[in-house]
Amino acid sequence: MSTNDLVLDVRKVSKSFHDPVTVPVLKEVSLDVKRGEFVSITGKSGCGKSTLLYILSTMDTDYTGDVVIDGESTHGLDGHRLAEIRNAKIGFVFQFHYLLPEFSVLKNVMLPGLKLGRHSAEEVEHRAMERLRELGMEAHALKGANQLSGGEKQRVAIARALVNDPLIIMGDEPTGNLDSRNSAIVFDIFKHIASVHRQSLLVVTHDTDFAARTDRNITMDDGRIMDHGHR
Amino acid sequence: MKLLLSIATTLLRAKLRQSIVAAVGVTFSITMFVALLGFMNGLNGLLDGLILNRTPHVRLYNEMKASPVQPIDLAQPDLAHHFIRSVKPKDELPRLRNAIAIMDVLASDPRVLAVSPRLVAQVFFNVGTVDLNAQVSGIDVMKEVQYYRFNDYLVQGDPRDLAAGNNTIVLGKGLADMMGASLGSAVQVTTATGDRSMLRVAGIFQSGLADIDKVQCYANIKTVQKLLARPGSYLTDINVKLKDLTQAPAMAKELAVRFGVDALDIQTANAQFETGSDVRNIISYAVGIVLLIVAGFGIYNILNMMIYEKLDAIAILKATGFSGSDVRRIFLALSLIIGITGGAAGLLFGFVLQRLIDSIPFVTAALPSITTFPVDYNPKYYVIAVSFALLTTWIAGWFPARKASQVDPVEIIRGK
Repeated sequence: MSTNDLVLDVRKVSKSFHDPVTVPVLKEVSLDVKRGEFVSITGKSGCGKSTLLYILSTMDTDYTGDVVIDGESTHGLDGHRLAEIRNAKIGFVFQFHYLLPEFSVLKNVMLPGLKLGRHSAEEVEHRAMERLRELGMEAHALKGANQLSGGEKQRVAIARALVNDPLIIMGDEPTGNLDSRNSAIVFDIFKHIASVHRQSLLVVTHDTDFAARTDRNITMDDGRIMDHGHR
Repeated sequence: MKLLLSIATTLLRAKLRQSIVAAVGVTFSITMFVALLGFMNGLNGLLDGLILNRTPHVRLYNEMKASPVQPIDLAQPDLAHHFIRSVKPKDELPRLRNAIAIMDVLASDPRVLAVSPRLVAQVFFNVGTVDLNAQVSGIDVMKEVQYYRFNDYLVQGDPRDLAAGNNTIVLGKGLADMMGASLGSAVQVTTATGDRSMLRVAGIFQSGLADIDKVQCYANIKTVQKLLARPGSYLTDINVKLKDLTQAPAMAKELAVRFGVDALDIQTANAQFETGSDVRNIISYAVGIVLLIVAGFGIYNILNMMIYEKLDAIAILKATGFSGSDVRRIFLALSLIIGITGGAAGLLFGFVLQRLIDSIPFVTAALPSITTFPVDYNPKYYVIAVSFALLTTWIAGWFPARKASQVDPVEIIRGK
């Protein structure tokens, strides 16, 4: 493991939107996430928290500063290497599930694992089934992704995020579309991931109850971090 | 790559109907391309064959002509223009001098496929009180069969009878009809010098050109030599068939100088044929390629639509670690799968259509051996069709695939 168990180290990240006029959205944001830490980011709409998350996810490369993931600086890497990093080290859970309706639940979970190619197809299938079992979804494995309810879809999306044993799972309003019961289920899953599997979580949310129960809550306002929260 | 392919096929199955429509477009164009080229080239072969099969690549002969140097030129060279042209052609037979030696030399030339002798004579057939003018060609029968498809035009009789028999003749169909002669009948022949002989009809031939069939006859070369009372070395033409047709003009020039005879090459004798074939070829290729381009637009449209419908899928694939080039490969594979399946079906249907055309009756007086439309089954056209199909589908897929690879996942995901 890298020094100090730092999974994510964000160094003075700034970003501006230029259309139609230049508006700074992030102003020298720095933060870090340790191994096994469950961190939430809250803030008003438009404070830049989602923008920050997509920069950390390596999908948005238009920024200044640096994002170090597992000791590797990602600024300026080519798209191919960034895709590899996303594949192996980062898991995503979005507000919308983004399951592919053409594939079965199991295949949806397997896809990132097959792409990684670290294990054989049988092994990937086995691991995917294990993740689904952990999330109580193994009975639905062979269903089409469209046959599930909203909460179930989100659980499958979490299983997909976990299949490659990523260092960090990033969530953008992962409970935003869910009712309180399903939100609670998702929260418990996240808590379990952080404490048992020692994987880090970084979740952007509106839900203050959700944020209050995480290990640490980072508050943002107007492109700056107002409060790093207490460890 | 296997994973990308399986994603591509799954996406394809989800849009099965549209994919089939796109593939059918390719199938249709490949079918037409293959059938059209096969048919056109079959026709080309047939029409060219009408002339080319029967025409020697180089013909050596001795033409009767006025002396190019008139006596007055010798008397007063370069003085003025001479109007006096009094000296007529020499009293010389149209024979090739030293013909046997020339044939031996040609036979050992590596460029030459076959050398065959010919003796052409003007004769009359005496039918009752009427004399019919005709031309009899003495030929080496088995060589003509082998190299000039003499069989194809022989509608009755066996060339071996003509080769073996000493007093046998093959009549043109028109001539035989005029004389009321049939296989086995005897006909009386008078030569220009007045010698008469009786010949047995061993066959009837039909060239497809009625005027020729009214005057042309064939006989064994020995028979004609005997008819004319000439020795075995007496020939009027030597026909040369080359291994490479395109060498004929150069070869003709060379032989004319070397042997001091007249030489006519096939290109000069039949300049119009190459042009006709070329134009027909260009037309069929143009039609085939236009069809393929139209099919390409179909694929382009369907892929473009698919990409708009699959923006979510592209975004999540990219978010979970598929790179832009992976996405591009998926859509390119989609396009190629459509192209390959459509193309393969097209080849099959193309072959079926060729067989269909091949079975349509087509009877022409010009070619007694042809009973159905001619089709050229050359695998070359299948190869060309498949290459073009792959090329057009690749290009048609490349632009949408590139667009898909450039989709920004953040824009899609945040847009929700």
